[in-house]
Amino acid sequence: MRAVIAEDSVLLRIGLVKVLETAGFDVVAETGDAEAVLAAVEEHRPGLVVLDVRMPPGFTDEGVRAALVIRKQWPDTAVLLLSQYVEERYAADLLSGDTRGVGYLLKERVADVEEFIDALRRVAGGGTALDPQVVSQLLLRRHSDPLDRLTPRERDVLELMASGRSNAGIAQALVVSESAVAKHINSILAKLDLPKADADHRRVLAVLRFLGVG
Amino acid sequence: MRITSVARVLRKPFDGVGRAVAFLTTGILVQLAPLLVLAVPWLNGGPTEALSVIVAVLVPLSAVALATPVLTAAQTARFRTRLGVAIPRLPAVAGASRTDRARQWLRTPATWRQIGYHLLAGPLIALAGALTLLLWAAAGVAAGVYVWIWALPPETRVEHLGYTTQAVYVTATGLAGLYGAAWLSRALTRLDTRTATARLGPSRAELLQMRVEEVTESRAGVLDAADAERRRIERDLHDGAQQRLVSMAVNLGLAKVTLKDLPDDARKVIDEAHREAKEAIAELSNLVRGLHPAVLEDRGLDAALSGIAERAPLPVGLTVHLPVRPAPAVEAVAYFVVSEALANVVKHARAGRADVRVETRGGILLVVVTDDGVGGAAPEGGTGLAGLAKRVASVDGTFSISSPAGGPTVVTVELPCAP
Repeated sequence: MRAVIAEDSVLLRIGLVKVLETAGFDVVAETGDAEAVLAAVEEHRPGLVVLDVRMPPGFTDEGVRAALVIRKQWPDTAVLLLSQYVEERYAADLLSGDTRGVGYLLKERVADVEEFIDALRRVAGGGTALDPQVVSQLLLRRHSDPLDRLTPRERDVLELMASGRSNAGIAQALVVSESAVAKHINSILAKLDLPKADADHRRVLAVLRFLGVG
Repeated sequence: MRITSVARVLRKPFDGVGRAVAFLTTGILVQLAPLLVLAVPWLNGGPTEALSVIVAVLVPLSAVALATPVLTAAQTARFRTRLGVAIPRLPAVAGASRTDRARQWLRTPATWRQIGYHLLAGPLIALAGALTLLLWAAAGVAAGVYVWIWALPPETRVEHLGYTTQAVYVTATGLAGLYGAAWLSRALTRLDTRTATARLGPSRAELLQMRVEEVTESRAGVLDAADAERRRIERDLHDGAQQRLVSMAVNLGLAKVTLKDLPDDARKVIDEAHREAKEAIAELSNLVRGLHPAVLEDRGLDAALSGIAERAPLPVGLTVHLPVRPAPAVEAVAYFVVSEALANVVKHARAGRADVRVETRGGILLVVVTDDGVGGAAPEGGTGLAGLAKRVASVDGTFSISSPAGGPTVVTVELPCAP
C-alpha cells in the first residue's frame, strides 16, 4: 500500500519512513508541511497518510486541518495523526464523521515500534487507533453517568476497545482469555445500552458516540 | 584657637547663604514670566469696565495655568541645579486623543496643586525673596557706613557729619540686617523647597501609587521573562533531545522487529536499550510538562488540565468553564496550582478521588481542587503548599485551604484576570 508522510522534524520523519517500510508500506512522498501533503495525496492517491498535528507555517493544528480535508476529498485514504500531546478536540474533529481508517496517537508511541506497526496496519485496513491517553481523557470528561456502573475491569476493557483493539488484542493486553473479554464486552454493551456490533471500528464508533465525541 | 571658634560661631548663619541667594534670585527670574503675563493688560493703566476687567484677569490667569507644565519643568530644573533637590515627575496623563488627555489633565488634583504654586505660593515667595535681596543690599550699605563716610571728601565729612555716634548705630543695624537677611534667605529657601516638593511633585499617596505601579510592572516583567524562559527551554528540549531520543528508540525498536535471528544476548542488549530510551522519553516529557507544557501554550488550560487529570493515579473529575483564555501568566499559575495540588493529594491525602473545577467569575479565575482524603494539610507542613501560595501571590492571587482532620481538603485559589 502506498503511504505519504508529513512530519516537519527530520529525525522523526526518517524514523517514520523506516518503520512504514518495515511494515510493508511503500512511502511515495514525505513532506514537512501541510500544504505539500495535500498536493502529494492528490498526486499519489495513497492508502495511508501519516501526519504530524503541528507543522509549518503556523505550528498549530495544520495537520488536523489537512487530515479533515483528506477525509472529505479522499474518503478511502486512511489518516493517522501524530501529536506531541493529547487534545481531545482534535480527536473529536477527526472522529466526527466516519471513523473508518482514522488514528490519533501520541508521537512518542512511534518508539513502541511493534505496537505502532499494529496501529498503522489497523488504520490502513479501515480500523481505528486511538491513543490510550486520548481514550482515558475522553472517559474522564464523562465521569457522572452510566460509566460509573462499570467495574474497573470493564473500564479497562472499554478503554482498550475504544482505542481500537480487537478481542484478541484486549485479551493479550489484559492477560485474560478471549472468551473472558467477550463476556466483559457483552456486559459493557448491556450496561451502556449500546447495540452489539460486529466489526471493531463499529464498536469504537459506538463507544465514541456514547462519549459524546462521534 | 579661641578666635577661630568665635569666628565659626559668627560665620555659622552665613553657611550656604550664597547658594540660597542664588536660588532665590533664579526664583524671582522664573517667576517674572507669569507675573509679566498677568500684568500685561495693566501696563497702560488697564481696563476700567467690569467685563473687560474680568477678561483682563481671566485670560492671563488661564494662560499661566496652561503654561503649567513648562513652568513646572523650569522650577524643577531650578531646584535640581541650584539645590540638588529632586522633585519627582508626575506620571504623564493617559488618553487616546488630545481632548481626552486634556480632560484627564484637568481632572488630576496634581495639576491644580501645580497651578496653585505658580499663581500663589510661587509669586509670594518670589516677592519675599525680592524683599530679602533688598534687605541684603540695604544692610550691606548700612554695615559699611564707615567706608562710605571715609570715602567722602574730608571737608564734606566734617561739615555735614562731624564725629557722630549715629554711624555706630547704623553699622550695628546693618550688621544685624545682614544676619537677618542670611536667616531669611535660608528660611525662604527651606519654605520654597517644602512648598514646591508638596505642590509640584506627587503627594505621598501618589508617590506610593507610582512606586506600586512601578513594582507591579517590573514584577510582571520578571514573571513574563521567567515564563518565556521556561517556554524556550521546553521548545529546545522538544526540538532537540526529545526528537533524538525518539529517533533512537525507533531505530532500536526497528532492530528488534527486523533482526529476528540475533543471538539471545544481543537481543537482550537491544531490548534493554530500547526500554531505556523509552523511559528517557517519558522522563523528559514529564520534565517538560513541569516546565511549561506546549499544550498549555497552544490549546489553553482546558486541554492542559485534562492531561494532568488523566495522568493522575486516582480518578479526577474535571470541570473547566472558560469563555475566554486568561493571560499566559495566569494560565501558567493555574496550571501549576492544579498540578501541585493533585501531586499533594497523591502524596499525602490517601484520597479515593479528586475534583478540579476551573471557572471565571467576574474578573477572577477560580480554581478549586477538592479531595476526599484524610485532611490535615497545612501550608506550614512543608507539603509544597507554601510554594504554591507564593506562586499564587506572584500574580496577586489569593490562596486558601480548608483541611480539617478527617477531610475533605479543599484548596481554593483566586487569580485576578481581566474579564
